[in-house]
Amino acid sequence: MAKKPTPEELSKINYSLPYTGWMYNPVEFKDGMFCNASKPESLNTVDFPNARKWSVKDEDWNLPENWKEIVLEAMKERLEKYRSFRLFMDICVRCGACADKCHFFLGTGDPKNMPVLRAELIRSVYRRYFTKSGQMLGNLAGGRELTLDVLKEWWYYFYQCSECRRCSVFCPYGIDQAEITMIGREILNLLGLNIEWIAGPVANCFMKGNHLGLEPHTIKSNFEFMIDDIEEITGVKVDPSFNRKGAEVLFVAPSGDMFGDPGTYTCMGYMMLFHEIGLDYTWSTYASEGGNFGFFTSNEMAKRLNSKIYAEAQRLGVKWIIGGECGHMWRVMHQYMDTWNGPADFLEVPVSPITGTKFENAGSTKMIHIAEFTADLIKHGKLNLDPSRNDHLKVTFHDSCNTSRGMGILDEPRYVIKNVCNNFHEMPEDTIREKTFCCGSGSGLNASENMELRLRGGFPRANAVKHVQQHHGVNMLANICAIDRAALPPLMNYWVPGVDVAGMHELVANALVMKGEKERTQDMRLEDLPEKEGAEDV
Amino acid sequence: MGALFSLAAVLLLSLVAYVGVELIGMRSFFGIVIPYVAVLTIIVGVVYRVITWGKSPVPFAISTSCGQQKSLPWINQSKLDNPSTTSGVIGRMALEILLFRSLFRNNTSELREGRLAYSSGKWLWLAALAFHWTFLIVLIRHMRFFANPSPAFVSALESLDGFLQIGAPRLFLTGAILLVAVSYLLYRRLAVRTVRYISLAADYFPLFLIIAIATTGILMRYFIKVDIVSVKELTMGLIGFSPVIPEGIGVIFYIHVFLVSTLFVYFPFSKLVHAGGVFLSPTRNLANDSRMKRHINPWNYPVKLHPYEEYEDDFREKMENAGIPVEIPSAKAPAAAESESGNETNDAEIPVGEE
Repeated sequence: MAKKPTPEELSKINYSLPYTGWMYNPVEFKDGMFCNASKPESLNTVDFPNARKWSVKDEDWNLPENWKEIVLEAMKERLEKYRSFRLFMDICVRCGACADKCHFFLGTGDPKNMPVLRAELIRSVYRRYFTKSGQMLGNLAGGRELTLDVLKEWWYYFYQCSECRRCSVFCPYGIDQAEITMIGREILNLLGLNIEWIAGPVANCFMKGNHLGLEPHTIKSNFEFMIDDIEEITGVKVDPSFNRKGAEVLFVAPSGDMFGDPGTYTCMGYMMLFHEIGLDYTWSTYASEGGNFGFFTSNEMAKRLNSKIYAEAQRLGVKWIIGGECGHMWRVMHQYMDTWNGPADFLEVPVSPITGTKFENAGSTKMIHIAEFTADLIKHGKLNLDPSRNDHLKVTFHDSCNTSRGMGILDEPRYVIKNVCNNFHEMPEDTIREKTFCCGSGSGLNASENMELRLRGGFPRANAVKHVQQHHGVNMLANICAIDRAALPPLMNYWVPGVDVAGMHELVANALVMKGEKERTQDMRLEDLPEKEGAEDV
Repeated sequence: MGALFSLAAVLLLSLVAYVGVELIGMRSFFGIVIPYVAVLTIIVGVVYRVITWGKSPVPFAISTSCGQQKSLPWINQSKLDNPSTTSGVIGRMALEILLFRSLFRNNTSELREGRLAYSSGKWLWLAALAFHWTFLIVLIRHMRFFANPSPAFVSALESLDGFLQIGAPRLFLTGAILLVAVSYLLYRRLAVRTVRYISLAADYFPLFLIIAIATTGILMRYFIKVDIVSVKELTMGLIGFSPVIPEGIGVIFYIHVFLVSTLFVYFPFSKLVHAGGVFLSPTRNLANDSRMKRHINPWNYPVKLHPYEEYEDDFREKMENAGIPVEIPSAKAPAAAESESGNETNDAEIPVGEE
């Protein structure tokens, strides 16, 4: 990224289309638009096939001799295992409703980033090898041979899809490109074609319990820093526990919150909240990852990583689980975990010990989202909140793709934010809730070598933020996702300077009046609260 | 290219029927054999397709939530766009199938001076809805050819359809709307750059085919009239499995029937199966209740894990030094503590999920 284009240059998106049909334009690997190839040691750690050193721009990808057979066999298997896949291969009418719904298409203008065409990349192969018309008529029936160029095209574009599901909201048949991308990536992984930004975290998570590869003692010492900061800000010393047997609740958060800003402020918010209400809870260093980069690799790998959560809940003997603020984590917890690793009949239906609310909506998984938990606390008046401590912030809320379209947790976070902030402004209707735009870095694409892709993919989101910045002076982009907290700051810096990024529980922590706290002069970022300077005369 | 090819194919098909009937005189073939084959093909074909889809299981509850979930009692759930119950799903599917709910969300985006602007984009929805509904009504209206006397609801539908009372025979609105709507869909496919770019021959062919079917039908009703009594004699013969070919039915009828038969035969082998497929779409027809009820994956299988015991073996001393509780203190587990390089050593095959 030496020659990083200016926002003015990058926002001149070329939507013109080539004259030749898409099947006849071989893939071109553009710098800044793809992630580095997976390393052999990462694949070896989890016993993935064809682990070898390779590079994306190499002519020869060092594939197994029979790669074509492997791919076609894998397609056949998945057509038989997933109704979604078979149906989505068959029923698209190419109406084009999805075309301009994809943030990557809107930001790049590359026609193969239209969801329909991204699907056609694999659908054309499906037609050629798995339908009678394609077998007989070939090209005329929209079929095409599976060649190395086609495979490379799959790789390039399936790692240019963040599995955000926005297209599936608009599709009249609910065709979900995320599903197709997931299966496409799973097939590519059978040939060792992953990206290191995913493969590395997967290996880390498998061996060490979290994507970042934080070992147990490192987690503990990171927390000690955060505990000190909390004490400095509030005068209250929180005392979280780790791997403690017999706690009522296991709390699982994305590991990003334990490590880097601004995620750590959110993490401090979790701890302050739980301390304040006296929740009997524990963290786990073994199940120290709520996110699941295995989900961006294969169904099986996702299940392998996810298994730790129930296993740890059982080992520690907790009653139920709370999950932190993370996007794809919640798609996994909400739609997959119970199916893979349940039934969790050793747990109890979550009941808030503070309000008595029984969370029937998690009656089977026994795991609730912290936004549900906190919203319930606020509704019952169990928290002493001073929203004026967020008055220096004008806040908008970014719905994460997975929590909005793979779950539907839309109003709980809004309820919480509106109770802890006095200044809240929604972005335009076409860019929020189920129509929210991806940060541009989801599904494991938040590397640095593909920064241009990320900036382009995040362009529609940034655009909407810019709108509320100009109209309402918004300076804080709240969210409930760890990838957002990592990906949005550079996106804002580039497109909408002056807008910061915060997790929801950072805002809660700012407003939370704790028992025995000192007068706050700083927010969670250790920055001075403007109105508190010499404001004692109130 | 695809468009021209498809247009040529439809013209050729019309020509085949014309030559076959008018020049060679194969009236029985085009009036009896082809319609039987076509009807059989569409029935067997669609059943086969649905069974094929049905044979693939739905391993995960992948509903696309398009509204607020059901969670706390005081938060308003979006019961139709994010249903959590069977009745909610029925409602969602009804909206989807009868009113094209998702297509109704469509918007268009435009880049103006570095800003993306979104505006309403309902034309596709309107044309698609008009096309599908009028096609259905036209199809139902044709039932008068297959029952004697014509069923009452068909007659009622006809009088409703012809309420404008223009011309003789009265103009059926649906036929006209059908032709206009399908022509718009073709126009859109050619005029919108992105849609043209993604279009295959298989997208143009059914459009041209349906335009030709509607055109021949309209021509036959209003302009190049055919002997309707003879036509009904033929159609009643078909439905009663005692087919006859009455004299004096104009060739345009045979062209119309041949094109309809082509559509029937083409239907199960093409994207037209979306009509059946939409009912099975797992992002739409599943309740978003996957935390309330366990969704079963019939092929869920045990996977290789890295269990806690191995993790503790890898990090026991570090955990103890950091004051994190362990299962087996290192004093009591000298052997385990020695195997420092726990990586990739002994990942046990432990089945989970399926007890």
